[in-house]
Amino acid sequence: MKQTTKSLLTLATVILFFTVLYFANKYLDPYKLIILTLCGINVVLGLSMNLINGFTGQFSLGHAGFMAVGAYTAALLTMPPEVKEMNWFAVPMWPPLHDLCWPFFLAVIMGGLVAAFFGFLIGIPVLRLRGDYLAIATLGFAEVIRVVIINVKPLTNGALGLKAIPVVTDVFWAWGAAVLTIFLMIRLINSSYGLALKSINSDEIAAEAMGVNLFYHKMLSFVLSSFLAGVGGALLGGLLGTVDPTMFTFLMTFNILLIVVLGGLGSITGSVIGAVFVTILMEWLRIVESPVDLGFVQIPGIPGMRMVIFSFLLVLVIIFYQQGLLGRRELTWEGIFNLLRQVQERFKKRNKDKSVPSSEVG
Amino acid sequence: MTLTEFLQHMANGVSLGSLYALIAIGYTMVYGILRLINFAHGDIFMIAAYVAFFGIGIFSLPWWVSFILAVVITAFIGALIERAGYRPLRNSPRISVLISAIGISFLLENLGLVLFGGRPKAFYRPPVFAQVFLVKGVAVQVLTIYIPLVTIVLLACLLYLVHKTKTGMAMRACSRDFETARLMAINVDRIVSVTFVVGSALAAVGGIMWSLKFPQIHPLMGIFPGLKCFIAAVLGGIGNITGAVIGGFILGILEIMLVAFFPALSGYRDAFAFVILILILLFRPTGILGETMAEKV
Repeated sequence: MKQTTKSLLTLATVILFFTVLYFANKYLDPYKLIILTLCGINVVLGLSMNLINGFTGQFSLGHAGFMAVGAYTAALLTMPPEVKEMNWFAVPMWPPLHDLCWPFFLAVIMGGLVAAFFGFLIGIPVLRLRGDYLAIATLGFAEVIRVVIINVKPLTNGALGLKAIPVVTDVFWAWGAAVLTIFLMIRLINSSYGLALKSINSDEIAAEAMGVNLFYHKMLSFVLSSFLAGVGGALLGGLLGTVDPTMFTFLMTFNILLIVVLGGLGSITGSVIGAVFVTILMEWLRIVESPVDLGFVQIPGIPGMRMVIFSFLLVLVIIFYQQGLLGRRELTWEGIFNLLRQVQERFKKRNKDKSVPSSEVG
Repeated sequence: MTLTEFLQHMANGVSLGSLYALIAIGYTMVYGILRLINFAHGDIFMIAAYVAFFGIGIFSLPWWVSFILAVVITAFIGALIERAGYRPLRNSPRISVLISAIGISFLLENLGLVLFGGRPKAFYRPPVFAQVFLVKGVAVQVLTIYIPLVTIVLLACLLYLVHKTKTGMAMRACSRDFETARLMAINVDRIVSVTFVVGSALAAVGGIMWSLKFPQIHPLMGIFPGLKCFIAAVLGGIGNITGAVIGGFILGILEIMLVAFFPALSGYRDAFAFVILILILLFRPTGILGETMAEKV
């Protein structure tokens, strides 16, 4: 298939998708809209984790920390002064913060940049580590970030969190960010940088022997991943209107991990599908937690059951279906068309098979 | 700070450290053999506390029966987790096993929340352990003495098991090389199971003594001790049992002393262990007693 055809198809899909979003935004009820928005944010977060964990093969579990940095930065930058005065009633606020009131777009970018900066600082010591050491060190740093947020009250309002953040994120913000991230990832993965990252994933020593600068490329991937996590966190803060330290525990990282593992470590389209699937399933499974009346028998809801199901799902997937939905493969236009062609051919064959006996009878 | 206060803090540090040591042993043994951070270890610790709690509270067993039962049941659960969650992945990339461990850890925590409820429960403290006596003006809980004693006795038993018995020799062989161990007619799966049984039993003892010392139990109580004890194991040199104990003691004492000397930093207590982890991994990745291993290509 020609490159231009593919580009046109992609462009058409994006336009069609945003048209659908426009109508969804107009006619869907607010609850469903929030879920749709969350899907978009989770796409960004899933891709962010997939970049470092899936493509580069460096198992990082620090996403909640970077999200927290992004969310707090964006929240502090967008809150108008009077809201800030309302929030900091227990301790005085750090004065320079008082009059900051940026537009949302700049605040989100800044949230990403600050998270990327933290990623850079943390990456210097941590990226020398491998495998499970890296996992536990990044997990630890995420926890350190959380503990610092709880303790630096003039800057973050401590455990009380920030409330009444202007709610700006809607489906267009979330999915706009998601689509941009998808394009960024595709460009990155198909560039020479992407090849270097993949080579690090398959064998670090061989990659180094081929002249790939391990530390530089790992850092690149880690910083970019932190940036995206920061953006995701900022968007999430702008959607929920409140951020507090309990939001950014390991549970947050776990949810993103679930998305990435389900979709396939090392697949962009897999992460997108995983993000949408997990977000919707997460809401749909609320049924388990509320009582169900079947008419003749009433099943009591079990609060907390959702997370049991999700953790069980993660274990099942990793044991029985390790590569996830797409593994390392991608959903491409060629793939889709090939599939369509195959289906078509099968139908033709079946029609032929059917037509043969009837002609004999005739 | 007066000497009395210092001694008091020291006693606290030692008893906290020995709890860390007990849990760290489980990490270090599993890591030594499977090269896996058993994320579920901290939750096994929590399960032991709950089993002991229900034994006393619901089945009104005498406390010591309940404690022994808790250790046995927890050891069994530990082996079960290995069988169901880790063994099918024996030949998979290590990251898959790690993800499985994270999943199982979450599963246990959330099952705990569903089955036991999210509200903290008060753990029964038998009167034997509740006594307090004074040594030269230092108020010492009997527990503060018992906990390190139990740890040292268990450590001695464990060292005997690992260094003097056939099972122990097989364990050491497995930690070197699975394939070669198999060629020596060692049943690797059985040895891994034994490792999990022993590690979980020690975590169970740790969990029960932890609940005696801090008599409030909660389904998520295992997360932080779990992470910190892994750090203790790394500090001592992962794969080395004596190292894990030393690491546990150092971490416990340092943590108490940090809060004692710099009360302003007490909010950062939980972050402290991770800072130690980073420092260790940067400057002496093999830990205090660990041996350097060349990387195989």
